[in-house]
Amino acid sequence: MEKMSRVTTALGGSALTGRTMHCHLDAPANAISVCRDAAQVVVAGRSIFKIYAIEDEQFVEKLNLRVGRKPSLNLSCADVVWHQMDENLLATAATNGVVVTWNLGRPSRNKQDQLFTEHKRTVNKVCFHPTEAHVLLSGSQDGFMKCFDLRRKDSVSTFSGQSESVRDVQFSIRDYFTFASTFENGNVQLWDIRRPDRCERMFTAHNGPVFCCDWHPEDRGWLATGGRDKMVKVWDMTTHRAKEVHCVQTIASVARVKWRPECRHHLATCSMMVDHNIYVWDVRRPFVPAAMFEEHRDVTTGIAWRHPHDPSFLLSGSKDSTLCQHLFRDASQPVERANPEGLCYGLFGDLAFAAKESLVSTESGRKPYAGDRRHPIFFKRKLDPAEPFVGLASSALSVFEMEPGSGSMSWFVDTAERYALAGRPLAELCDHNAKVARELGRNQVAQTWTMLRVIYSSPGLASAASLNHSVGKGSSCGLPLMNSFNLKDMAPGLGSETRLDRSKGDTRSDTVLLDSSTTLITNEDNEETEGSDVPADYLLGDVEGEEDELYLLDPEHAHPEEPEYVLPQEAFPLRHEIVDTPPGPEHLQDKADSPHVSGSEADAASLAPVDSSFSLISVSHALYDTRLPPDFFSALVCDMLRFYAEQGDVQMAVSVLIVLGERVRKDIDEQTQEHWYTSYIDLLQRFCLWNVSNQVVKLSTSRAISCLNQASTTLHVNCSHCKRPMSSRGWVCDRCHRCASMCAVCHHVVKGLFVWCQGCSHGGHLQHIMKWLEGSSHCPAGCGHLCEYS
Amino acid sequence: MNRGGSSPSAAANYLLCTNCRKVLRKDKRIRVSQPLTRGPSAFIPEKEVVQANTVDERTNFLVEEYSTSGRLDNITQVMSLHTQYLESFLRSQFYMLRMDGPLPLPHRHYIAIMAAARHQCSYLINMHVDEFLKTGGIAEWLNGLEYVPQRLKNLNEINKLLAHRPWLITKEHIQKLVKTGENNWSLPELVHAVVLLAHYHALASFVFGSGINPERDPEISNGFRLISVNNFCVCDLANDNNIENASLTGNNFGIVDSLSELEALMDRMKRLREEREDEEASQEEMTTRFEKEKKESLFVVSGDTFHSFPHSDCSLLSSDFEDDMIITSDVSRYIEDPGFGYEDFARRGEEHLPTFRAQDYTWENHGFSLVNRLYSDIGHLLDEKFRMVYNLTYNTMASHEDVDTTTLRRALFNYVHCMFGIRYDDYDYGEVNQLLERSLKVYIKTVTCYPERTTKRMYDSYWRQFKHSEKVHVNLLLMEARMQAELLYALRAITRHLT
Repeated sequence: MEKMSRVTTALGGSALTGRTMHCHLDAPANAISVCRDAAQVVVAGRSIFKIYAIEDEQFVEKLNLRVGRKPSLNLSCADVVWHQMDENLLATAATNGVVVTWNLGRPSRNKQDQLFTEHKRTVNKVCFHPTEAHVLLSGSQDGFMKCFDLRRKDSVSTFSGQSESVRDVQFSIRDYFTFASTFENGNVQLWDIRRPDRCERMFTAHNGPVFCCDWHPEDRGWLATGGRDKMVKVWDMTTHRAKEVHCVQTIASVARVKWRPECRHHLATCSMMVDHNIYVWDVRRPFVPAAMFEEHRDVTTGIAWRHPHDPSFLLSGSKDSTLCQHLFRDASQPVERANPEGLCYGLFGDLAFAAKESLVSTESGRKPYAGDRRHPIFFKRKLDPAEPFVGLASSALSVFEMEPGSGSMSWFVDTAERYALAGRPLAELCDHNAKVARELGRNQVAQTWTMLRVIYSSPGLASAASLNHSVGKGSSCGLPLMNSFNLKDMAPGLGSETRLDRSKGDTRSDTVLLDSSTTLITNEDNEETEGSDVPADYLLGDVEGEEDELYLLDPEHAHPEEPEYVLPQEAFPLRHEIVDTPPGPEHLQDKADSPHVSGSEADAASLAPVDSSFSLISVSHALYDTRLPPDFFSALVCDMLRFYAEQGDVQMAVSVLIVLGERVRKDIDEQTQEHWYTSYIDLLQRFCLWNVSNQVVKLSTSRAISCLNQASTTLHVNCSHCKRPMSSRGWVCDRCHRCASMCAVCHHVVKGLFVWCQGCSHGGHLQHIMKWLEGSSHCPAGCGHLCEYS
Repeated sequence: MNRGGSSPSAAANYLLCTNCRKVLRKDKRIRVSQPLTRGPSAFIPEKEVVQANTVDERTNFLVEEYSTSGRLDNITQVMSLHTQYLESFLRSQFYMLRMDGPLPLPHRHYIAIMAAARHQCSYLINMHVDEFLKTGGIAEWLNGLEYVPQRLKNLNEINKLLAHRPWLITKEHIQKLVKTGENNWSLPELVHAVVLLAHYHALASFVFGSGINPERDPEISNGFRLISVNNFCVCDLANDNNIENASLTGNNFGIVDSLSELEALMDRMKRLREEREDEEASQEEMTTRFEKEKKESLFVVSGDTFHSFPHSDCSLLSSDFEDDMIITSDVSRYIEDPGFGYEDFARRGEEHLPTFRAQDYTWENHGFSLVNRLYSDIGHLLDEKFRMVYNLTYNTMASHEDVDTTTLRRALFNYVHCMFGIRYDDYDYGEVNQLLERSLKVYIKTVTCYPERTTKRMYDSYWRQFKHSEKVHVNLLLMEARMQAELLYALRAITRHLT
């Protein structure tokens, strides 16, 4: 690397040395330019105009050209350029439209040489002829370019850009008479300096202003342009028509572009707004910058390579009032940090995954696909020595196969299509969805729905039988998502286990909360009573004995019934039963077939007026009375949702979220919800379930999601007569002034849904056509075609 | 309505005038519903607009396509004198109200209401109250700012500054809004809001400047509903102006030979174009010229009111000075700090706010990039609109044809920016002085800074030989220049916040 900074230059014969460094200027810089000796740099801005000497360790201010007491607008520079043949000659473009030349050889303090006040508006750019000593070119906002001979007082010739502002002018390095100019309307023009009447060539290079251009130092006819449309384009001018040979997409509008010396495909850019970094791109690799300089804190306004034959030193001036020298070896290289990885699904659900070998090898326990195919990802096609990032990057490719049959996602599609998410009372929705899930053999899900129904709505309608049914089969269902890849060696029961742990935790906290008598109650009961904010002794102290007894009775009746409830499920491990059966069902069952309950219900009624808050007892009664505190179970339900989401079943999570709506929404943070929604919508769209996905979007309450429906809602149609796109309205063609879509039935313009026969292409309002075809099988247009509506 | 111009301070002046107008209106409530002038504008004879209209099918196409209300409102009718412009105007307006954007539809209309309320432009308020409700806005919000979410309320400060003294907007204001918290604005949302605010401030200028009449569509019976349902005063410029007309027309305008006036103007323009080369003012002089223009704009309104309205019926007004609060409440519920108004940029001698150097933050380079980045595509639409209005010309002046009006248009545009403290290095502000006569300056200043005070008298008093369509053109220029100035200040603050 040391070699890099000791490049012997072709011109001076001396080596350039230096380090990455910066110095503070007094004011923001607008432009910089380097002297041909590569040892001095001039910085110009609205209120700064100085020459700095570039020394090994630092910049040293050499000369302040801004002299005089009263700052003149002539010194407010938009651009500055140092003559590449004459070390004493500088030119500046002032914001008030004046072009000034400076002669450093003048003995006086004021080095100002000549003043050209021919432009009416701000001069954006000045440029010296690369070989001719006295020729200066300027481009201005007023749409004119002027060529000055410094030996004369006026311009030699004026080139008109047809009233469009000129943003940049550059003499071609190779062709003596040619210069390029770029314009605010996106055009680039090529001029012959001898022919001011018309340009040689003009083409539209960018959408919006072209801020800058730069001729390639070696490749004749290569011109790089940068525009407000965030693109850098490289044009080949040698052909008959200017041909775009490369295009680099940056993240902000491009303010300056400069080819890197000695590197054929490299160019440096900086941006006009927002982005403060300087990038060096390899134009053949337009997505990742080859190097990046991040020193500046505000937008970079001027960049210059220090020496025309040295690729390692870049100078830059910025609005943050600093002048920087960047060394290429100190640049950060985004390529280094990027970990190229590829992931792709095959037609039958196989998954191929390629990554850098070094990355893959660190991960153990994964068996790459038979044969361990390896091949390089990068630049297999050609090896170019000019490229810094060649080198065989080898990667590992792994392919994971699906187990036959396990990849079927039909349950997902079925569920998505059949679930009801809104438009009916909660209880019905839950029942419906439970039924759907059950029919698809997803009993755990079905059970969850049933429980939700019990939790959140009055249980009167639930039939005990259906409950038993769902509970009975509850834990028999596998977790349908678990068996996807053998790569994921997740135990099917993993989710349940975590769940179990958690519910154990619950129990613990519950027992702390409640007094000893509650230990009699099952886990489920604990959870139910958890929310009570009145301690148990309140009851014991204040309430009459009867109710006290009632309280005791509660665990009692739960106790004898417990075995009754559990017994039919002997076939299943008890653990699972606990896990999979959060609160509701048991009590519901109580209500349905236990005589105790009716009694206690009556008591509850008498109790209700006594206290408005929830005592332990009234809480357990509240289950029957739908007087549940709204957020009573929410913590649990939220956990349940997270559980499903973690398992990969976002469908369940989102469906429940939508169905329950306000009841749980506030307990789950916005971002998680958004995440679920987006994943679910993404999945739905992959299965082409557009309607469902739209419904989900519509029902979502998250702002980020619901605005999805406001995006790209445009539908483009072509006129049926002239086949041109109908840009303004969908029913009247601008070109042929005809209404494109007439209803064959009512002969009016169709502005909404238009349905047409694919056989005869007649059609009309959906309603009309439907009605028509009910009565007749012929086309309403009278064409004789037998239309079918399906 | 500057007849109260004798009052010392600008703020008082402002209050008084608002007040007066409201009082006047109250007294003549009955006549309000039956204004004397018909047609879309109180300033422009109906036939001028209508004639132009019937010719133009294009306008109808445009309206059908881009109008949010689905009918040809008065603004559109007046603007349709310049169809080319109308298209880009409607497109950008439609985009910011109806198309993809970070803000929900009702919010957009509410922001429009807030913006229009700063200038008490009941025409726009009424229009957007309807739209607001139509797009599903919460009716309660219409009761005033106290009823809207804090988030929207927070916009009030920036609304106020943008409307009257945009140069005061700093990155701190932006930071306050985007600071993470419950009511924070995301940057795209903020940019959307800023664009809306600037648009509607500027549009209010146009409405007042062109004397747009309240909508009086019989089917929609907007005018009727305004009074009964929304309880707004109708913006009855027409009415006011008619009174004035009756009493004052031709009163104290020494009928200058306006034809020679026009000739003189054209002569000056011609001379400016030719003289360019030999005339070479020193930099100091250029600077002073800008300062002078800036300073002079300070006296334009107050001074002129005094001069040109010597017969002002102050007696009528001063008696009603007291009870402004009750009357303004209709509109003022959408604003806070109603006393906050335009203050001349040049006035604060001591603080001396730095002049905005146009070249350091231009719309083309900087504003566009930022706006387009945060609120995609609006940049292109606005860009097109600014370009359109800046380059719009028919090469005519009054009865003369083949005139290059570039200098005149530029003078108008830059004069507006000058009043907002934006200076172009490459512009000689001496031109403004030569090209814009005093009555025009009064008009410009009123329309851009205190649009609610515009009167037909002001409208009539300048360029008497010119066609109405040309005056509408002037209004368009003023409107866009103002919008751009506001945007530049706001976007510069956002840029500073970002860096």
